[in-house]
Amino acid sequence: MNSCILDIRDLEISFFTQAGEIKAVNNISLQLKDGEVLGIVGESGSGKSVASYSIMGLIAEPGKIVNGNIRFNNHTIETMGKKELQKIRGKEVSIVFQDPNTSLNPLLSIGSQLIEVIIRHTNKTKKEAKERAVELLGLVGMNEVDKRLKQYPYEFSGGMLQRVMIAIALACEPKLLIADEATTALDATIQAQILELLLQIKKKNSMSIIMITHDFSVIANICEKVAVMYAGRIIEYGKTEDILYNPKHQYTMGLLKATPNINSHIHEKLVPIKGSPVDLLNPPLGCPFAPRCEKCMKICLRSMPKNKVISDDHYTACWLLEKKLWS
Amino acid sequence: MRSLIKHIVKRFAYSLFTIFLIATITFFLMNLVPGGPFLSEKNLSPQITEVMNDKYGLNEPVIIQYKNYMIKLAQGDLGVSIINKGRDINDIIYEKFLISAKVGFITIVLAITIGIAMGVVAAISKGKLVDRLLTIFSTLGMAVPNFVIATALLIIFGVKLRILPTYGLSSSAHFILPVLTLAFYPMAYIARLLRTTMLDVLDQDYIRTARSKGLSEFQVLVKHGLRNAITPIITYLGPMIAYILTGSFVVEKIFSIPGLGGEFIGSINGRDYPMIMGTTIFLATIMVSMNFIVDILYKVIDPRIELN
Repeated sequence: MNSCILDIRDLEISFFTQAGEIKAVNNISLQLKDGEVLGIVGESGSGKSVASYSIMGLIAEPGKIVNGNIRFNNHTIETMGKKELQKIRGKEVSIVFQDPNTSLNPLLSIGSQLIEVIIRHTNKTKKEAKERAVELLGLVGMNEVDKRLKQYPYEFSGGMLQRVMIAIALACEPKLLIADEATTALDATIQAQILELLLQIKKKNSMSIIMITHDFSVIANICEKVAVMYAGRIIEYGKTEDILYNPKHQYTMGLLKATPNINSHIHEKLVPIKGSPVDLLNPPLGCPFAPRCEKCMKICLRSMPKNKVISDDHYTACWLLEKKLWS
Repeated sequence: MRSLIKHIVKRFAYSLFTIFLIATITFFLMNLVPGGPFLSEKNLSPQITEVMNDKYGLNEPVIIQYKNYMIKLAQGDLGVSIINKGRDINDIIYEKFLISAKVGFITIVLAITIGIAMGVVAAISKGKLVDRLLTIFSTLGMAVPNFVIATALLIIFGVKLRILPTYGLSSSAHFILPVLTLAFYPMAYIARLLRTTMLDVLDQDYIRTARSKGLSEFQVLVKHGLRNAITPIITYLGPMIAYILTGSFVVEKIFSIPGLGGEFIGSINGRDYPMIMGTTIFLATIMVSMNFIVDILYKVIDPRIELN
């Protein structure tokens, strides 16, 4: 039990543009157990989406997996052809995208977009697929489902569309669900409902989830593990409690300080992280966060720190921690 | 459904009005042009011309002629040709239209299928050699006038290679050159237009969603891509189909096809007033109906479009 559903090793993904090579994902390794919920946080452009799309083989030109391997549910993703990938996409691994308003085809009915994925991956007839679609829309909390199936995306609200997206993603009971900022575009109440829904389904189907977000409240709500990404690297990884209450990397601390806390008694000021993200076309030699880090040392600018294990399942890459070891 | 019927009825009324306007404008413009139907016949004595003008009602004031014409038109009677003595315009148009439409129909099918295929292929192979070749081809197809294309095809296949017939429509092989000539422009236009819209559509989020569902490349491109990219093509198809079905004067002249296009120009040169009116009204009717069909097609393709 608790075997690994996903095992990413030394993954490097680059986009080869006219301006040069952009290292979107730089040497990340990640394991995900059956039924585990992993959160990936980081600012825009930190590579969290690219890393998770690669699990589905969805890296589009001019992007390419340069190095490393991705083992998912006994498949070796990086060597699989187009046809083989099509067989697992939507069946063993599905994704819910950020903006439900643009992620559904405006010209096709909700029903047909739901039914097509069922027919594609199962032997169900059209009638059986429709029954399953009805069941799925009920599962994500919709009423008047028969009517809903015939409607088009423009007749739905954002929250409703995101439910449809989730229904599509869950249609073939995937082993892994990737939620790419799936709740970011939604208001707080709907967001809570959707998260609740995901947790229920996860328990029922023993599905693993990767939540990509920059919202720590989402992380706190449903994730067991958290990976913090910066400039294409995982700079800190650990159990949710460790990351939230005992962060070790300066960037993680910065992120948490920049997050409002509704429970705090004191009027805390939000502290933004100074500076701007690194230019991935010319990545720095050392730690990518060093130019923005308040505790930057000489060595930080010269070479990249190695991962330091803090405790079980908690590691980070920061020279400050190495220093503690030396003293 | 009720709004659809209401819409159709409304559009129908508008269409009738449009055709009425076109008929009126044409009628008066036509009478402003100097000359008359009997001037080309050299040795006609003034008395005979007078008698002929009387016979066809051409001595009446223009406004009376207009009234008489409109009354007959309302009954669906386009009158009798002055030049083709005694023949009903309705019969002539019917006969000539069948010829033009046969060539036109094959042209349209060819232009649409090949044009769409070329557009899609160019879009999915953007920047590659195939895309560049197709771009060159479609630029040429749009830039070179059809009489040049016709002449080039005639020289190559008719004169040098001697494998295809060059005039008339007596066998199916006779259709090849005129159809190719006519199809060049619309094919190139559709390919070019579709490449642009398809590239735009393929960048959309819902295409990524379709891929993430594990759909086959064909399903992604056709069901999700093409359907969204086709709307501008439909807009173009309305007038394009109308023009091609009613025949091109130039192409019919070059390939000696006795079609409606040639008849139309001939009637203007000969001042065959009822024939000018008949062909113009017929062309207008086809054009208006095509736009009408396009309008309904929009709604079929895109459920978001409100018919108002």
